[in-house]
Amino acid sequence: MTDPKKSNNTAKPKRSFLARFSAFTDKFAYPLRTSHYVELLNPLWAGHALRAKVVKVWDETKDSRTLTLKPGFNWRGYRAGQHVRIGVPLNGVQYTRTYTISSPPERNDGLFTITVKAIADGRISHHLVRDVKVGSFLAIGLPQGDFYLPDSRPVKPLFITAGSGITPAMSMLESMLAKDRMRDTVHIHYAPHEFDAIFNKRLKQIEIEQPAYNLNQVFTHEYGEHKQTKGYFHAEQLERLCPDWRERETYACGPQPLIEAMEKHFTQEGMLRHLHIERFSAQLAEIPKEAVGGTVSFLKSGIDAIADASTALLRVAEDAGMNPPHGCRMGICHSCSTTLLSGCVRDLRTGKLINDIGSKIQTCVCAAAGNCELDL
Amino acid sequence: MNTKERQKDIDVKSTRLPVDLSDPQIEEFGRELDAMREEVIDSRGAKDRKYILAVIKAQRSLGLLGRIMIYASILFLPAWSHDLASSTNFWVLITLGTLFLATAKILENMEIGHNVLHGQWDWMKDPNIQSSSWEWNHVCPSDQWIQSHNIKHHTWTNVLGKDPDIGYGLLRVSSRQRWRPFYLLQPLYAFLLAVFFEWGIAIQELELGKMLKIKKHTEKIRPLLQRTGAKMMKQITKDYILWPLLAVVMTLPFTFSGIGPSPFAVFFCVLLANILANILRNLWTYLIIFCGHFPKDVYHFTRAQVKDESRAKWYVRQMLGSCNIRGGKLFHIMSGNLSHQIEHHLFPDLPSNRYPALAPRVRALAERYKIPYNSASLTRQFGTTIWKIFRYSFP
Repeated sequence: MTDPKKSNNTAKPKRSFLARFSAFTDKFAYPLRTSHYVELLNPLWAGHALRAKVVKVWDETKDSRTLTLKPGFNWRGYRAGQHVRIGVPLNGVQYTRTYTISSPPERNDGLFTITVKAIADGRISHHLVRDVKVGSFLAIGLPQGDFYLPDSRPVKPLFITAGSGITPAMSMLESMLAKDRMRDTVHIHYAPHEFDAIFNKRLKQIEIEQPAYNLNQVFTHEYGEHKQTKGYFHAEQLERLCPDWRERETYACGPQPLIEAMEKHFTQEGMLRHLHIERFSAQLAEIPKEAVGGTVSFLKSGIDAIADASTALLRVAEDAGMNPPHGCRMGICHSCSTTLLSGCVRDLRTGKLINDIGSKIQTCVCAAAGNCELDL
Repeated sequence: MNTKERQKDIDVKSTRLPVDLSDPQIEEFGRELDAMREEVIDSRGAKDRKYILAVIKAQRSLGLLGRIMIYASILFLPAWSHDLASSTNFWVLITLGTLFLATAKILENMEIGHNVLHGQWDWMKDPNIQSSSWEWNHVCPSDQWIQSHNIKHHTWTNVLGKDPDIGYGLLRVSSRQRWRPFYLLQPLYAFLLAVFFEWGIAIQELELGKMLKIKKHTEKIRPLLQRTGAKMMKQITKDYILWPLLAVVMTLPFTFSGIGPSPFAVFFCVLLANILANILRNLWTYLIIFCGHFPKDVYHFTRAQVKDESRAKWYVRQMLGSCNIRGGKLFHIMSGNLSHQIEHHLFPDLPSNRYPALAPRVRALAERYKIPYNSASLTRQFGTTIWKIFRYSFP
């Protein structure tokens, strides 16, 4: 029989000596923690907040830049293809965005890189590309995500990437190179022009050095043109560039239209199981025309707000002057999860309605569907 | 007394505020203040963030430095046999260390803790500086203090029977509070409250006075009592047990070899420094806060006056019920910018570093609407407060 007391003990993970020691020293710093004083010497030594120092910036193209970051003590290892949350202070406000790590985990200097493209109207990406200086500190999260090559199976990868969607593929390629285990790889990369292609030189160099790596770059714009003239992804092009795509595991990362076209094609061919997708933004389902919003009651704050059927509840709360917890703002990290106390909300990614009272909902990707009450 | 006469003029049952303004004029006044508020909100930015981060860093460095100096002073106790050991060196170091620690505690409570807990920095969305998660260096738990301060005191400022901060339930600071023989000794209570101010604030919310009158009150406040007790214990453990004890542990090997001071002396020195630092903080915060609503010419209000109060009228009441203290830049920072009490009460959630720039504008606005703006030197404000405490101890 299980003794409730005993099972309680086993459920509690045993704390390391270091954790117990710092819990003791924290009593000297109460209500702060020892780490609040340690960070006076070096912000990277803080235990209560993970930060990274920008140690190098490198312009890849005219509108993209690679930031080399030195993470703090409690950083952990990552897998090639995973992403990380970055907190960027802009005009005094800390914004959080998610970026894929573009360096391989085998890198032995303890640093990692992110490669950011300044997207149109993207204030944060512009700030990262143009204004962040070497020596500044950024808040970071731990590496997350399940977009990586499996260790257990010798898959033959097909990378289909576009624009800054190259970053996870780059990390995976460099990782395979570092391990000296280049798999039979085909890579289709879309960029507007050759001069826009991030990592262009490095990819070409790898192709020359590695017979197993087959690079096909597709430039979608003619020089001097602003509108795209050549097609993006289509079935015939895929057959031509990679005839054996059905035997491969496909890893795709890029803007929404590319991902949608690929999903459609792979579904038609019954190959969806072999398609692995990393999204830049939450993919939103179409909201039916008859959908209506309602009044959202944030019970803890005692605030009521009118919301339409397409605005994320997080945004509604912020517009109402609240500052609820949040992280990625795209449904990945669950920092914003809260309890639905009554009513109904719509998951904007799937379009499905959630009306189970007491269920956890992610406010960054859910909108009101009629009146609802939240535990915020 | 000017105030007294004016307040006598008003019928107790009057619902009007003691200003010569029509309702539309008051509303117009409110709109002007709203516009000022919007302007500051729109202009908050990187500079403000830099300011609060710098203050936090300075505060923590000062605190650490103070503790290190107090420890260093132990090494200069005359009991050591080295050349530098002398009571002069010891006293200089321990005094400086205590002052530094007290300054750090003051900064933490005033410019950082009080203002962070008002949500003045929530807009930065910095997870480390949020009113909902900030715990301050004070025996009163943050959330409980928010309850009695932000909600009760700031909403019901100077409304008799509603604002818990009128005399802190202990003192008679207005002729409109009914006199009881209890108040005869109030100069003594005021002095004790100054020395133990931190504790006074912590138990304020518990309304211990009710324990004698209402039987069920003890039952009601038990959870509060437990939370406050836990926080108090942690603060006491830190300042009065752990830090003195660590000093003893560090010097013990030398004591055993017969070259160091006695462990009791070491413990006592560090303990005394901590007690003094806490008391200095209490006296300073008391000084600033008592000058906020108690000096001469401050107004008090009846419940009838605040019935169905509009936001503009609330603004007027905040102006009539608060007092500023004149001073230099450092003085304002050390007082947590509560020397701009009027601006703080009008805009409790705007970043405190903006109050100095707002003050002359608010003052000019007040003059235009002929609303009294109570700003004076520390001597005048505290002097009249002390006078009131003595005067109102009698009927």
